[in-house]
Amino acid sequence: MQIFDLEAKGLRALNSTLQGQGPDTNETAWEIVNAKGSHAIAVGLTAPIDVTVRGSTGYYCAGMNAEATVRVDGSAGPGVAENMMSGAVIVEGDASQYAGATGHGGLLVIKGNAASRCGISMKGIDIVVQGNVGHMSAFMAQSGNLVVCGDAGEALGDSIYEAHLFVRGTVKSLGADCVEKEMRPEHLEILKDLITRSGVEARPEEFTRYGSARKLYNFDIDNAY
Amino acid sequence: MCGIVGLFLKDKALQPELGRMLTDMLITMSDRGPDSAGIAIYGAAEAGRAKLTIQAHDPDMIFTGLANELRDELDVDISLRVKDTHAVIDLPESKLQAARAALKKLRPAARVMSAGEVMEIYKEVGLPGDVAARFDIPKLEGSHGIGHTRMATESAVTTLGAHPFSTGADQCLVHNGSLSNHNSLRRKLAREGVGVESENDSEVAAAYLSWKMQEGSTLAEALESGLDDLDGFYTFVVGTKDGFGVVRDPIACKPAVMAETDQYVAFGSEYRALVNLPGIEDARVWEPEPATVYFWKH
Repeated sequence: MQIFDLEAKGLRALNSTLQGQGPDTNETAWEIVNAKGSHAIAVGLTAPIDVTVRGSTGYYCAGMNAEATVRVDGSAGPGVAENMMSGAVIVEGDASQYAGATGHGGLLVIKGNAASRCGISMKGIDIVVQGNVGHMSAFMAQSGNLVVCGDAGEALGDSIYEAHLFVRGTVKSLGADCVEKEMRPEHLEILKDLITRSGVEARPEEFTRYGSARKLYNFDIDNAY
Repeated sequence: MCGIVGLFLKDKALQPELGRMLTDMLITMSDRGPDSAGIAIYGAAEAGRAKLTIQAHDPDMIFTGLANELRDELDVDISLRVKDTHAVIDLPESKLQAARAALKKLRPAARVMSAGEVMEIYKEVGLPGDVAARFDIPKLEGSHGIGHTRMATESAVTTLGAHPFSTGADQCLVHNGSLSNHNSLRRKLAREGVGVESENDSEVAAAYLSWKMQEGSTLAEALESGLDDLDGFYTFVVGTKDGFGVVRDPIACKPAVMAETDQYVAFGSEYRALVNLPGIEDARVWEPEPATVYFWKH
């Protein structure tokens, strides 16, 4: 286990050290101490290493992650795991707005609540939230899965393309072109797999599925102002 | 972008530390707002007394002899404490309005930053650390206070464009965001007889709240009406004589983090601002909900 004191050594040293780990590195376990809400912690990682951040983080923690597993032992500020490609990001506390935005792949697990715009423009990422998500979550979602074990705020899935949204609790309102959909066996399989991998407490059959009505795909004069 | 910090002390033992703690939080928010900074601090009330904080571009010329002239004019016991470009005038509460009128006559160039029983507002152009040092903010004691670091977007970098803005006796407002209907609202307020001094959007929000309260609303009701009447992005923190409040617009893209322990309630634009507070590791930390008015009172 490598312990990195962020306050003593600074952010540039941290990220260049972590980004410098090759695919076959022997230094696979890292712990970052004195995070103190700093921004851009552990961004752009490309090796299959395991990083634990002690304390809460600021903006854009674990952004652009590929291969690595980043665990935040606290809460995460805006844009955690933004544009993640692969790997996993686990937030033990809450996540601020636009968690997992534009993510292409990998798994983002939020053990607490996520604020507004969780999974905005998601492009293949899997996001599992043990608590609630705020308004405009999965706005313009293109692909991937968003699993919400609690409730969803206003305008869930507004202008959604193709992505699976699963909510166990209530949905305050659905956004434009987002509708409730039938839960078929393959969806229960997706849920089962994500629940198992993320370690949240839930059963697949407790969820309702939402997705695109596909009415905004083509230009329709009735949608114009 | 701007930075907001706020601290409401439940534990009286921390009151001598208020200025130091707020200054530390304010400096952490320097990169969110390096243009200007300001702080409103709520000290101890003294029965029957009030405070008028004034600001001058040329402190020597404006403040010299002012206490004596006000004393002659109002025929009451007045003291004046100069702090850099600001001065705090201590006077009988019953003479507050008369003193404002006298000040206008004696020193038309002086600007009133705040008036009330307990609140003092200090604000200037410059880095938050420099501004805090000029006014010796770390030494200030009190029950609660709010601070602001400004990155100017809607109007020029000037002392008058700095936050906090006073919204009434012992009341002030700081703002992170930008209002898009401030010009039409400014015209509407002018028709109601409410004037603002600068081109700043946040000052219009402050004037709007003052106007609503003059019309009979409570501060909480004024903030609720603001959700309908103010168009744009905002996280507001407001200070009152005995507490502070927080409200975010319904879109809530301007950041806000709160922390509460048995000793205090704290506000920061980012968690970074809160990390040095005592017991923060075990505090309840959360994000205020959009379009929801929060209040804490002593």
